[in-house]
Amino acid sequence: MATATAATADTTAPAPTTGTATLTLAKSITAGLRRAMQDDEKVILLGEDIGKLGGVFRVTDGLQAEFGTDRVMDTPLAESGIIGMAVGLAMRGYRPVAEIQFDGFIYPGFDQIVAQVAKLHYRSRGAVRMPITIRVPFGGGIGSVEHHSESPEAYFAHTAGLRVVSCSNPQDAYGMLQQAIASDDPVMFFEPKRRYWSKGEVDFGAADVLPLGRARVVSTGSDVTLVAYGPLVATAKDAVSAAADDGVSIELIDLRSISPIDFEAIEASVRKTGRLVVTHEAAQSVGIGAEVAASITERCFNWLEAAPERVTGFDTPYPPAALEEHFLPDLDRLLDAVDRVLGRPNSLSDWEG
Amino acid sequence: MSLTVETRATIGLPDAEPLRLIEETGTVVAPKLRRGIDLPGADTLLELYRRMVIARRWDTQVTALTRQGRLSTYPSARGQEAGEIGTVLAMEAADWLFPTYRDSIAVMTRGVPTEQILSGFRGDWHCGWDPQEHRTAPQATPLATQALHAVGLATAARLKGDPIAVATFIGDGATSEGDAHEAFNFAGVWRAPIVFVIQNNQFAISVPLSKQTHSRMLADRAVGYGIPGFHVDGNDVAAVYAVVSAALARARTGDGPTIIECLTYRVEPHTNSDDPSRYRDSSDVELWRKRDPIERLARYLESEGMLGDELRRSFVQEAEDAATAMRDTLNAEPALDPLELFDHVYNVERPALREQRDALAGELDENGSARS
Repeated sequence: MATATAATADTTAPAPTTGTATLTLAKSITAGLRRAMQDDEKVILLGEDIGKLGGVFRVTDGLQAEFGTDRVMDTPLAESGIIGMAVGLAMRGYRPVAEIQFDGFIYPGFDQIVAQVAKLHYRSRGAVRMPITIRVPFGGGIGSVEHHSESPEAYFAHTAGLRVVSCSNPQDAYGMLQQAIASDDPVMFFEPKRRYWSKGEVDFGAADVLPLGRARVVSTGSDVTLVAYGPLVATAKDAVSAAADDGVSIELIDLRSISPIDFEAIEASVRKTGRLVVTHEAAQSVGIGAEVAASITERCFNWLEAAPERVTGFDTPYPPAALEEHFLPDLDRLLDAVDRVLGRPNSLSDWEG
Repeated sequence: MSLTVETRATIGLPDAEPLRLIEETGTVVAPKLRRGIDLPGADTLLELYRRMVIARRWDTQVTALTRQGRLSTYPSARGQEAGEIGTVLAMEAADWLFPTYRDSIAVMTRGVPTEQILSGFRGDWHCGWDPQEHRTAPQATPLATQALHAVGLATAARLKGDPIAVATFIGDGATSEGDAHEAFNFAGVWRAPIVFVIQNNQFAISVPLSKQTHSRMLADRAVGYGIPGFHVDGNDVAAVYAVVSAALARARTGDGPTIIECLTYRVEPHTNSDDPSRYRDSSDVELWRKRDPIERLARYLESEGMLGDELRRSFVQEAEDAATAMRDTLNAEPALDPLELFDHVYNVERPALREQRDALAGELDENGSARS
């Protein structure tokens, strides 16, 4: 580039490959990006305000100074352009990591994602690979204005050719991001923005990393299987504790991968518990919860003690910030659904349909 | 030869009169009207002629096969050979082309085998060739989407220090797409080594250019992006070749993108299923048929004594042989494996797809047509 600034890597220490640190989820993504960029010079970042500013959430903070403007590119403000550019870069051997600034801004890039990124490998009979990672801060709970709190993951999970994942904690954010970047298939990487500031220990040399498509059993239990991903895993953990106080044993599964879904893991759990609750912030109808409930019902019908329950956002547009607490699934709604699948008195006990 | 390009501060609107080097009559335009652009050499002009003759015959044959039901659809480029062939012959083998569905003859001239080009229109596979092998991207159907890919690949070349350039075709209708704007803008900002060749054939299916834009002409767009724009007679292959060559040379030496509007006309229907009588006057079509780019160059070559009957006949024979070979190739039914429809969705196998594949395999077994 004519105006490219050289990296100043000689002043920067290598990204750690061993040891542990306590990091926020946002900083663990920064660490994952940094490690991926140090490991593979074909990894380049592009997006809006990701350079000097370090991104509106500071996830790319310091990376342009370290790797230069040729590898951390501030783009013009155009999401279709960002994704379309990434396609061309990938065709020439790069592994572009595109940042979409907010969930609600991804729609101008939707066509390039679902009609191009997702389909070029298929269209070309496997000759053209699309090792593109598209990072999307998603979900609500931060009191933001319209278009900044959405959960659009189901659109992408419905599209053949894409992988869709969401991390829920700093360790997974660090590891899954590197796996996504190393994937030869395109990955939609949904980051739970209201958990960006949640801290956790990151083991930089973790050897027992789960494959990207696998779910994780966060806590084992025997009465109810609770499936969550992204921002609601933390809420679900609270539900596990609260239910335990009440003598109910919940097995919590962090889905991690939304496409493909690790049905094997959910199936094994439901065969043990006989009960399923699925939760996400996205609207209920035709959502991920519907897919999980239907597929598990097909696979585990004879093991189910109750109909699967969904605890989700309403089938409404995301509301104004002052009302979002009414929209978002919370601890009470999760516990209520747990009661329902257990046949215990609950909010629908007097309901006549 | 190089294009005279002002600095960004002084880039102005292109001349409204399209640049041409050879008049419709076959006479050479006076040097002072050529704006510093030289006529390509005799060998180049003869090669441009030969390739256009082959492309025309090929295109005619594909249209005929489509009428016979051998292909599901085919958008003909008849009458637009100058823009197609002029651009492709200006490119180096290492350069990349990003074509649209109307640019099959350009893909053919890039050296992609016939059966691979027509795979999509026959319905065998969406893109039948290996884009990496031929440095030719799949033909874009959602228009202008490929322009962004082209800018991305050009930027990749720039980052790697690859001395290649990229060319992409964009139709007049596609310039209305947001992706066209984003591609022009990204290319300008990042000084991408790319040439946008706007094939202005004046119709987007039924909608004329006057309903696409209120601009004086499409090349005017360039000034807003700080990119040099050129308005070229798209039926003068000498002018197209010369301007695209110079623009590609600029791109390769780091001088950034160029937008070239080739003014031409779609003399055929949009595709075989279109009915142009509903939206345009056949007298306009006849007018443009007389402005045939191949005949124009032939008149010049004949007047210069460069194209005699014998040479002309040999080109016609070569084109005839190519068309016959293509017909024979298409007569062979491709062996398609239904299970391949699962093969290229992902690089990594996923259980749900494997189950669906197994289900289809089971159906095929019952029908006795499974692959081993």
